Order: sequence, then C-alpha cells, then structure tokens
Amino acid sequence: MEKLISVSFGEIALKGLNRRYFEDQLTKNIRRATRDLGIEKIYKEQGKLYIGAGEEKFPQIINRLKKVFGLVNISPCIRTDKDIKSIERAAIEALGEKVSHIRTFKVDSNRADKTFPIKSPELSRHMGGVILANFPELRVDVHNPDLYLYIDIKQNAYIYTEKIKGQGGLPIGSNGKALLLLSGGIDSPVAGYMMAKRGVDISAVHYHSYPFTSERSEEKVKELASIMSRYTGKIRLYSVNILEIQKQINQRCKENEMTILSRRFMMKLGERIAKKEGLNGLITGESLGQVASQTIEGIGVTNAAVDLPVFRPLIGFDKVDIVKIAKDIETYETSIQPFEDCCTVFLPKHPVTKPRLEDILKSEEALDVEDLIGQAIDNMKSTLIE
Amino acid sequence: MIYLDNCSTTRPRKEVADIMTKSFLEDFGNPSSLHRLGLRAEKRIKEARDLIADFLMVDQREIYFSSGGTESNNIAIQSFVKKHKKRGRHIITSRIEHPSILNIMKSYQGQGYEVSYLDIDKYGHISLEELKNSIRDDTILVAIMQVNNEIGAIEPIAEIGRIIREKNPGTLFHVDGIQGFGKLPISLKAWGVDSYSFSGHKIHGPKGIGGLYIDKKHSIEPLVFGGNQERGIRSGTENLTGIIGFGEAVKIAAENYEREGRQVGELRAYFTEKLKEEIGDIRINTSLDDKSSPYIVNISFMDTRAEVLLHYLEEDEIYVSTSSACSSRATEKSHVLRALGLNDQEIQGAMRFCFSHENSREDMDYTIEKLKASVAEIRQIIKG
Repeated sequence: MEKLISVSFGEIALKGLNRRYFEDQLTKNIRRATRDLGIEKIYKEQGKLYIGAGEEKFPQIINRLKKVFGLVNISPCIRTDKDIKSIERAAIEALGEKVSHIRTFKVDSNRADKTFPIKSPELSRHMGGVILANFPELRVDVHNPDLYLYIDIKQNAYIYTEKIKGQGGLPIGSNGKALLLLSGGIDSPVAGYMMAKRGVDISAVHYHSYPFTSERSEEKVKELASIMSRYTGKIRLYSVNILEIQKQINQRCKENEMTILSRRFMMKLGERIAKKEGLNGLITGESLGQVASQTIEGIGVTNAAVDLPVFRPLIGFDKVDIVKIAKDIETYETSIQPFEDCCTVFLPKHPVTKPRLEDILKSEEALDVEDLIGQAIDNMKSTLIE
Repeated sequence: MIYLDNCSTTRPRKEVADIMTKSFLEDFGNPSSLHRLGLRAEKRIKEARDLIADFLMVDQREIYFSSGGTESNNIAIQSFVKKHKKRGRHIITSRIEHPSILNIMKSYQGQGYEVSYLDIDKYGHISLEELKNSIRDDTILVAIMQVNNEIGAIEPIAEIGRIIREKNPGTLFHVDGIQGFGKLPISLKAWGVDSYSFSGHKIHGPKGIGGLYIDKKHSIEPLVFGGNQERGIRSGTENLTGIIGFGEAVKIAAENYEREGRQVGELRAYFTEKLKEEIGDIRINTSLDDKSSPYIVNISFMDTRAEVLLHYLEEDEIYVSTSSACSSRATEKSHVLRALGLNDQEIQGAMRFCFSHENSREDMDYTIEKLKASVAEIRQIIKG
C-alpha cells in the first residue's frame, strides 16, 4: 500500500497522436512547479499521472498542482495490489479519515484491466458491503452521497475519495510562445493568464516613461508578472522606456491622437521584440469598447501596425467578469495600486474614438518611427521573473 | 546625495546609531525582569525619560513612550474622548491635520460625534476668532498640530490654549507636535497643553519610537491591555534600543536646536530668494516668516507635475517630496493644499523641501541648478 497523488487531464486525452507530447510537457511542468518540494517519482498509468512524495508534503504539492494548466482533477490516492483483500484494507483506510464528516457514501468502480475477475458493478456492491460492516453508522446513497469512494482497477488498484478541481486548459509550452503587453492595470494580467491556460508560453513587455512615471509602477508590473508566474512558470519581462516617443508625438502630432499613436508604437515595439526572440504572437488585454482606444476603429488602427497575430482573449468580456478572474488569480489587489504607467501629461482630454488609418498614417509621417523604435529597443531592459 | 525630505524622516545622527548598536547588544534585558540586567534596562529607560521631560520642562511621570507619532495621537485622542463621552460629543480640529488625526475624527463622526474643522488662511494658519466661536459647552477636545507637515505653518498654540481656558476650561487640548518637537521652542505647561505627541525619527533618531506627554492631572484608561508597562498606558515590552536612541537624539537636539534652527532658517531664506531669481512662474505656499517652521518650504512650479520633477531630481540624487501623485485621481490631491485654496495647477506642481542642519548652501545651489534645468524641460514637454 502506498500513498500517491493522481492527476487526470481532460483535453489532452483528445489529442490523438500528439497526446504523448502533451503528457511529456505536462510532466515537465509538474516537476517545475514542485521542484522544491521533493517529488520522488512521476509515472503514467492508463490516462493518469501518479506522483510520489512524502505524505506530509501532499497539501503543498496539491496547492501547486492547482495552478498547473492541463490538470482536470487532482486526487490523493492509495495504491494497492490487485487482490480483493488489499483493496478492502485500502478502502477502509481511505474512508477512515473521512468517516466523521459524512453519513452516506457510494462506491464508484472502474475496471480498466478486464483481466481482473470481478466486474465493476459487482466490485462496487461487494465493497459497499465491506464498508457497511466496518462503519455501521454509514448508509449507502446512490443518488446524492456525501462521499464517493472511487476504485480504479488498472495495472495496480487505486482507491481515492476526493476529486480536487484543477485549472483545466492545456500544458504551458504546448501551444507556442507569445509576448504579452503587460501594463499595471487589471486586464492585461488576466489576458496573459487566459492565453497561458491555452498552453501558450508567456513573455511580457512593459512600457513606461520614467521619469514621467514612477519606478514604483515598474515594481508593480514585476509583482504582477511574479503572481502570473505561479501559473505560467518563469516569465521573461522586457521593460521599454517610451518617453522619447511620447515626447515626439506630443510635440509633432495632434493632441487627440496621442493615445492611438502611442498604442501603435507599443504594438510595433512588441512585434520587434517578439520576432527577435522567436515568439509567435502578441497578447493584449483589450476589451471592445472599454476605453476610447479600444473601439472597433481604434483596434483596427493599432492592429494594422503589425503582421504578427494579436490575441485579445478579453475582447468580449465585461469588466466585472475580468475583475472576477483577476481576483481569482490574485492579481487584482496589485493591479489597483495607484501607480500608473502613463503620466496624465500624455493623456489627451478627448482622445479620438473613431480614428481612420489614413489619417493616423499621415500623422506618423511627422515622426521618425524607425529611429524611435530602434532607440527604445536599444535601451530596453530585461528581467527574468520566477 | 542631497536629502531634502526631512519631514518624511531624517538621517539618524552618528551618535544615535553608535549608542544604539552598543546597547542593542549589551542592554538587552527586559526592564520587567527582577534581576540586575532588568534593572539596568529600567535605568536606561528612566535616563531617556528624564532627558525628554527636562527638554519639555515637564515631570518625567508625564512622559510615555509609544511606537511613534501616529500611536501617540491615537492614545491621547481616543483615551480622552472615551473618558469624556458623557460630558459631550463635540470635537474641534483643523482641516490640515495629519491623517492620524483626521481619520480618527472621521471614525468619530461615524459614531455620532460632531467634529468642527477649522478653516485656514492662505498660509495655513487657523483663525482664532473661528476657534473662539466654535468652542461650546459640550466641546470635549481641541486637536491642533504645532507645525503642518506639508507647508510648515506654525499654529498659534499659546493663544489657542488661552482661548480654550477662557471659553471652556473643561475642554482638553491635544497638540500634534511631530514636526515641531526638537526644532521649535515649546512651553507645554504655560500654554495649557493637555497632551503632546512627538516622534523619534523626525529628529535624527530611530524609527518605531515616539512619545506622548499627558498632563498628570489627567488619568486615562489604556486602549491596549497587557503587562502595564508605561504605567498601564502602553503595555508591551519596551523598545529599549529605540528608547535609548531616542534619548540620545533628544539630548543632542536640546543642546543644538536653537543654533540649528537659526542656521536652517538662513538656509531656507537663501534657497527661496535664489529660487525666485532663477526660476519664473512659481508660487511659494509657505509664509517664510516666524509663523512657519524654518525647516519647511512648499513651492508650486507652474506648468509642471511635481512628481515628474521629483523623479528628475532623484536622477541627480536629490530627494524631495510632493503631496500629489502624477495621477488623474482627485483623492490623491493633498487635502492641505486644497484647504489652502490652491487651484489644480498649483497643487499638481507643488513640491516640499524639508531641510536639516546637514544641508549646506552648496547643496542649495546644486539643487536650484538641477531644478532650473528640469523645470524648463518639463515645461517644454507639457506646453507641447
């Protein structure tokens, strides 16, 4: 008899020939997320991964696993030999820890190994009887039990009572790499999280205009990246000062085009970094209509600044729903700190809400775009957030 | 480095650091312990308390140690209000007090107390006339600061004390002395002050230690219960090292504050005169006479954002403070500057310079040189 943690994965199971690749990626991600917790082994057995470690570490390991994308259910379980006496002993042990909190139960057996002589319904009935004999205070309830006792018959037998919900999604790294435009706001960390959940390996870029913004706003973004990294693993964070760009726009362009022109620069800078670092796309936290630059026309104009695909996972979300996720992933408290990454000096009073690409391109002619981008990239800083 | 943020905190004096390091390692006994080591610790606390009491010209039994200015303000006000709640539910304060006062007041308003906030004139001084008219039979407390932390206004504490005694002798008078203690002369007894709070790290002492004077004619109930240290007013094992450092800082301040005050006053005059010559379009928000602390001057640089200016200066290792952040949020605009009646532009460009005896004229010259260049650059950007 041995105590393990089992994890099941949902969508990965559908991936046919790629399945092995996804499973390997997931194993790697689990090892990385629990590196400091002394995992002794991870092995695969018929559609699940089993993790062995000191039992006292289980709560900590499970907490980390809850943040690993690609996991659907997480269960502490008991592995035994495939004979009925061992299974009975394991079931009594598994129930013993729970019995004071429950009144009713149901046995749910699953016989993957068809050579096992007892069929599933029969096994469930037999085990039900054993449990009732050992815990006479319990009753069977097949419709709405307080507790399920699961028995999986595979190469070994596995007994467990809990299915802790995982993040779902796909393993990080199984769906390419992309660069997140990370501001200090509420939306962009959520956008990064959503894409990471689809298996995208995230890097991030932050634009600031020190000394027109505070070093604290940079610290805040680092803090946000650090919270995100609990889900995504290490994040490479690029930090680009765009003060010179904002100064030039301020001097040479129309006040009401300040924001849209800055956004186009941010996209271009992002694309430059992404191409250099071999990333496959950009991610923004834009949500249609949320602010003046996120109108359908505004997004059209910023989108036209780049060739790479731009992912906007929040495009159809209401603010309240974004806030809810931000609270769940614990970036919200940091996002609402008052350090802003754009000084009010560079925020037009009445930004243009229906920009036309021709007009904006014409305005950009007043600027040496290539030179400004080159300078900003040359002075860029890069940090690895773990 | 040129440090001009001495209202936020000050650099500890070397003597303070030395005595603290030594005592931290040697005098670690708990003053409540019965053995010799405990006794030694108790003596060190008594020495510091005596020093502070002598400096304030009060009885050593009237001095209590706390964790700092905020706690001292809270102990004094909350204890007084609790004790006198049957006598009345009216409190008087000013619009420009520190948040540790204003937030207590806000909480009392929520509990059904009536709080009168005195207006201030353009340099931050309350009107004695308004005070006189505000004091009623049911006024239990007047809480006014000695020196305002943002603009340096010195409030007329002696006159306030006299008016309170005339109008309603039962009204208690609390003075927040955090920015005045160890820098300006004070006569608590003569002025009729019932309680006075002060802090260690504003006078080149350690952080995490402060003090409270309470006139011995008042007995107050503790807010925090425990082992009855500080005669029951502030339970908890004493911050011995902090107290020793605080005592040393007060000792040095007592010997030097008059001279240093004059020296800093001359420095402030030099700085503001030269600044007026060098940089146009500024507004000085401090009165620059004996009704303001020589340690503080607040200046609005028009067509700038003070926070941006602050970051420009930090690049040259000049450290200052602003009251407002570079932000669109109204709540981040200083309540003090608003109460002065400054407009948005004046508030956005307001910068606070707080001096110490460590600053020199060369520091002022260098600061003005950097200010001039930074202001010009920022104005060019903002005006577009």
